Amino acid sequence: MLRFLIKRMLLGTLTLFAVSLVAFGMFFMLPRDAVATMCEKNCNAERLERMRDELGLNDPLLDQYTGYVKGVFVGRDLGSAQGGWCDVPCLGYSYINNEEVSDIFARVIPVTLSIVIPAAILWLGLGIGLGMLSALKRGTVFDRLAIGFSLTGASMQLYFVGGILLIIFVYTLKILPPPRYVSLWESPLDWAAGLVLAWVALAFLFSAVYARLSRAQMLETLAEDYVRTARAKGLTKSKAYGRHALRAAITPIVTIAGLDVGGALGGTVITETTFGIQGLGRTAVEAVRLGDLSTIMATVLISAVFIVVANIVVDLLYAVIDPRVRLG
Amino acid sequence: MSLSQIETEPGGLDPTAVPVAPGPAMVGRSPGRLAWERLRKNRTAVVSGWVMLFFVLLGVAAPLVELLYGIGPYEQFQDKIANNSLPLGYLGGVSGEHWFGLEPRLGRDVFIRLVYGLRTSLLIATSAALLTTAMGIVLGIVAGYLGGWIDAVISWVIDFALALPFLIFALAVMPTVTARFYGPRDDIDVPFRIAVMILLFAMFGWTGTARLVRGQVVSLREREFVEAARASGAGLWHILFRQLLPNLWAPILITFSLAVPGYITGEAALSFLGIGIVDPTPDFGVMISKSLEFIDGDPMYLIFSGTVIFLLVLAFNLFGDGLRDALDPKSSR
Repeated sequence: MLRFLIKRMLLGTLTLFAVSLVAFGMFFMLPRDAVATMCEKNCNAERLERMRDELGLNDPLLDQYTGYVKGVFVGRDLGSAQGGWCDVPCLGYSYINNEEVSDIFARVIPVTLSIVIPAAILWLGLGIGLGMLSALKRGTVFDRLAIGFSLTGASMQLYFVGGILLIIFVYTLKILPPPRYVSLWESPLDWAAGLVLAWVALAFLFSAVYARLSRAQMLETLAEDYVRTARAKGLTKSKAYGRHALRAAITPIVTIAGLDVGGALGGTVITETTFGIQGLGRTAVEAVRLGDLSTIMATVLISAVFIVVANIVVDLLYAVIDPRVRLG
Repeated sequence: MSLSQIETEPGGLDPTAVPVAPGPAMVGRSPGRLAWERLRKNRTAVVSGWVMLFFVLLGVAAPLVELLYGIGPYEQFQDKIANNSLPLGYLGGVSGEHWFGLEPRLGRDVFIRLVYGLRTSLLIATSAALLTTAMGIVLGIVAGYLGGWIDAVISWVIDFALALPFLIFALAVMPTVTARFYGPRDDIDVPFRIAVMILLFAMFGWTGTARLVRGQVVSLREREFVEAARASGAGLWHILFRQLLPNLWAPILITFSLAVPGYITGEAALSFLGIGIVDPTPDFGVMISKSLEFIDGDPMYLIFSGTVIFLLVLAFNLFGDGLRDALDPKSSR
């Protein structure tokens, strides 16, 4: 178990290393001048050059990269133009917001978590439940309705669903406030009221995909011999299906769920833009619009971290669900 | 996996069909012909196929539609816009003249902009799908057939590309690439934006097809016909593209047809976020992002543009499903 974990983590670190190299290379080899965006007025060539020197932009690329990585793990001095010493998870300094990128992240990551975690619970429960039920009730009206839902849902667009929800609940029925983020610890009720539309919109789209997937998986499993054997030896329906079949059917879904949740944590860009909630995704969009390179770079890294971690979690879950998988 | 079986199942249980009369003599039919017949019997696929065709024709013939409709995509009808920048009249300014109403603020006709938006969207989505499929086929076949270190490298790149968060990465790539070619104050040409988007999709999209093709080739390369070709001295090129490729058309066609709606969605998403197509060019994503600003006063703008893209994606998805059932009957359960 431990050996497996270490192996996976090493592999994950390797991937992250590659992602960081690609991201770094992309930003710093391109001739876009970060300094020009920093000093808007009264800039002469001499002053620009001095700033470049101070920011280390004239150093060899390799030095800049090692400097960045060192900053992430032990912190580093960014120089007076960038707010001096930058503490341990140092992800650089945002010239646009005039604060350290890690401070921005500390503010927006809880927002994205508040959107994704409840939404994921909702979409997994709804999607898998719907898929399993419709597989068991194959050919009935319920099954047809579930299929219709998953078909249309999978072709819907997040911003369209989100917009329709806004029209109905915020502007017509007026039973919900316009979406916003309030800290869960401050007021759980406002937290839920402000984010519920985002959860529903995300859950609607994802559960459509999951319903479809789990229905197909369940149908395949139900046709297996061992399920028939289980029934034949006298197990009740709920035991044979609930225990034997469900377990086998759910394994591939775990993989996809892990990737989706990991991806969503890296920024629910569209959801946050649709509802105007300032999370990681919207921060990235704004950073792009304003040319805030250090923030974009850090967002790419952090979302890759989420995906890599999600992958490791999926592998561990596999071992729990599927006894055939031996870690080692 | 298929959802269309609901339509085909009753046919299979058709009581009138049960006593199989000594039917007409068996006629040999090619697999392609069989698939075509299965496709034609699938009602969902037929209907969605027509809808798809309708959208494609509408997009291709956009200038003709403009001529018949009498209004261009850039024409502004400021006299029909109230002071609060919302269109006059009901339902976002729907009238005999403006079928889907007018855009708030600028007062451009929504219908003709959607028709031209269809054109933008389909152009990008089909080119991206063609490019990714071609790349996926070549890399997948090469990796699968040659194996060894080439396979290892390509497989690692595929895994690596899957670990990159697409939207975030796209957010980062678009402005940096643009900055490489244009100054901060320059106007960016529309064809350039379109090309960058297609390339971006290609960079990320080929992995799916490549992985699929590779898997198929790994099992095909041990078959006798490949051995026979090799024994009779066929070159690598001949084995890859004359012997192996013809066996792969079914899965390739399926992934291609399901890739197109994926790219339609992706293109709209990028433009929605403001990093794809930008305003004066008619585009779904741009229209929806604008419509959200006016969602309180003019919800119809969102509903019209959202419905069109939904129907477009739905038609492509349903047709892709039907195609899969027809080409790969085992997949339908």
